[in-house]
Amino acid sequence: MAGLTLRNVAKNYADVNVIESIDLDIKDGEFVVFVGPSGCGKSTLLRMIAGLEDITGGTIAIGDTVVNEVAPAKRGVAMVFQTYALYPHMTVYKNMAFGLKQAKTPKDEIDKRVRAAAEILEISDLLERTPRALSGGQRQRVAIGRAIVREPSVFLFDEPLSNLDAALRVQTRIEIARLHQRLGTTMIYVTHDQVEAMTLADKIVVLRGGNIEQVGSPIELYETPDNMFVAQFIGSPKMNFFKAEDLTKKGQAMLKGDVDRLGIRPEHFTTTDVKSALVVATPDLVENLGENALVHCITEGGMEFIVKTTDLTKFKQGKKIGLTADKARVLGFNSTTQKRIG
Amino acid sequence: MSVLEPKTSFQRIFLPTLAWTIAIIFFFPIFWLVLTSFKTDADAVKPEYLFIFQPTLENYMNMTENYDYWRFAKNSIITSVFATAFTLFVGIPSAYAMAFNPSRHTKDILMWMLSTKMLPAAAVLYPMTFLTKNFLGVFDTHFLVIIVLSLINLPIVIWMLFTYFKEIPKEIIEAGKMDGVNTWGEIKDILLPLAWGGVASTALLCFIFCWNEAYWTVRLTTTEAATLSKLIEGNRAPEGLFFGRLSAVSAAAVGPIVVLGWFCQKQLVRGLTFGAVK
Ligand SMILES: Nc1ncnc2c1ncn2[C@@H]1O[C@H](COP(=O)(O)OP(=O)(O)O)[C@@H](O)[C@H]1O
Ligand SMILES: [Mg+2]
Repeated sequence: MAGLTLRNVAKNYADVNVIESIDLDIKDGEFVVFVGPSGCGKSTLLRMIAGLEDITGGTIAIGDTVVNEVAPAKRGVAMVFQTYALYPHMTVYKNMAFGLKQAKTPKDEIDKRVRAAAEILEISDLLERTPRALSGGQRQRVAIGRAIVREPSVFLFDEPLSNLDAALRVQTRIEIARLHQRLGTTMIYVTHDQVEAMTLADKIVVLRGGNIEQVGSPIELYETPDNMFVAQFIGSPKMNFFKAEDLTKKGQAMLKGDVDRLGIRPEHFTTTDVKSALVVATPDLVENLGENALVHCITEGGMEFIVKTTDLTKFKQGKKIGLTADKARVLGFNSTTQKRIG
Repeated sequence: MSVLEPKTSFQRIFLPTLAWTIAIIFFFPIFWLVLTSFKTDADAVKPEYLFIFQPTLENYMNMTENYDYWRFAKNSIITSVFATAFTLFVGIPSAYAMAFNPSRHTKDILMWMLSTKMLPAAAVLYPMTFLTKNFLGVFDTHFLVIIVLSLINLPIVIWMLFTYFKEIPKEIIEAGKMDGVNTWGEIKDILLPLAWGGVASTALLCFIFCWNEAYWTVRLTTTEAATLSKLIEGNRAPEGLFFGRLSAVSAAAVGPIVVLGWFCQKQLVRGLTFGAVK
C-alpha cells in the first residue's frame, strides 16, 4: 500500500504540451478520480503513473520512491484498461496468472491467488474459458481480477465502465466501490463522467487542458467550486450563470465588487412572487422525469436556463414566475477570471 | 447473404465461362510444360505430337543422373529456408518496433524501405558482382545467396508483418508490460501467438519469393551455391533448344513450390491480401 506524490509533472508529445505542470498528493488508501472532458490529459496522466508513458518533466513518487525510471511492473501498480486488453489466446485463468508467472511466483501461490480473486469477482466458473467466450461484463471482471491477483499498492482504472451498457455500468460501479472498501488499496480512476466521479471518489481531481482545475471531495466541488468550469462540470444538469440583465433588482444587488455572474444550480431554485425573486423567468418547455422535472425557462434578458423541481403546478408555459434560492446556495463569479469570489 | 434473387443468365453462364477461360489461359503454359517434360527432345518440337505422343521418363532420369538435380534442389532448399528464417529474425523485431513504438519517422522509414524495391536490379549488377568476387570473396557461396535473398525480401516482409501487427490492439502489449514481460517476452508470449496466421503467411510468401528468385541467384553463383533457377538457366542454351529436357528441369524446379502453395492456399490468400480476407 502506498500514497503518491506528483511534483511538476509535465508531458510533451513532440512539441505539443499535453500536461503542463501537475502537483498532486494522494494519500494511502484513497480513492481518487481524475475527471474532465475528453482530451484533457486524464489518460496521459494515468499512463505516466503506470509507466506506459515517459515523463517529460517533474517527478512521480509512489510511497517514498521516485518511479520516473522504474519499469511498469516494478512500480507495484496494476492497471485496468478501457478495452480490458485481455490476452485473447489465454484462458481466464492464464490471463490472471500471467503477471505472477512473470514474477516467478510459486505455482501453488499463483493458484491460491487466482482462485481467491475469482471468488471475490464471482468468476470461478469461467476460469477455463477464453475471453472470446465472455460477455462484456465478464471480461471487465477478469480485467479487474488480473489486477487484483498482483496485490498492487495502487490500482489504476482508465474509464473501465465506458464499454458497458447503462445497467451494468451502475452495478459495476458499486462493485468497484465495494472492492475498494474491502481491499483498502489506493485507487486512481479516470472517467469523463461526473456521476461516476461523484459516487466513487474520496477525492476528485478536475482536469482541463492538461491542468488541474480543482482538487477536493465531491461535496466540496459541488458546494464550493473554485471556478466556473468546475461549477458547470460537476452536477447535472449544469449550474446556471446569470449576468446583470438576467437578474431582478434584488438579484443585481448581489453583484458586488468583482462579482458579475451569479451561479445557481437547477435543483436549488424555489418559486416565489416576482417582487422577492432573484430571477424572473418564463417557462418554455418541460422535461418530466417522474420524481422530478426539468423546466427550461427564459430570463427577461433572453437567456435559457434550467430549473429542477418536484412541483410542476407552479410552472405554466409562457406565464412569468419568480425564482429565488437560499443565499448560501448562490455563488458569485467573475466572468473574466472565471474564478469564484467570496 | 440472405436475399435470394434469381440469378440472371449473365451470372449463370457468362461469369463462370469467363472465369474458366481465364483459368485455362493461365494454366495452359504449365500444363504444356509438364506435358513436354515427358516427351523426347525430338518429339517436343513436333506440332503433331502436341497431345498424343509416347511418354518417356528419359528427361527426368537424365536430369538426376547427369545434371545433378539434387544438388541444385538442396541449394534451393538451404538458401530459401535460411533466407526466410533470417528475414523473419530481422523483420519481426523491426515490424514490432514500428507497429508499437512508432516515432515520427516510422512512416518515412517504411516508405524508404519500399522505395529500395524501385531500384532496377540491373543498376547494381556490376558493383555486386565485382565486389563479391574480387573484394569479399563470397561469390558463389550459400552465405551470399542467403544474404542477398534476405535483403531483397526484407522490405516486403517488414511491410506485411507491420500490417498484421498493426491489427493487434496496443493495449494488449501494454497489459503485458504491466504484467512484467520484457521485450522478448512481449514478442514471444503475446505478439507471435496473436499474429501467428500473419507471420505464417509472410514466411510462406517469403519462402516462395526466395525459391523463385532468378536474377541474382543466376548471376552470383556458378556451381557451389547454384539453385534450381541456375539449373534451368544452365539448360537453356548451349547445345540448342532441348525442349523436353528444359521442360523436365523447369517442372522439377517449380514442382515443390506449387505443391507447397497448394497445401497452404488459405494462408497464401491471406498473405497476398494483407489480411483483408479473414
Ligand atoms: N501519442 C500521442 N501523440 C500526440 N498527442 C497525443 C498522443 N496521445 C494523446 N495525445 C493528445 O494528448 C491529449 C490528451 O490525451 P488523453 O490523455 O488521451 O485525454 P483523455 O484521456 O483525457 O481523453 C489529447 O489532446 C490527445 O490528442
Ligand atoms: Mg482517455
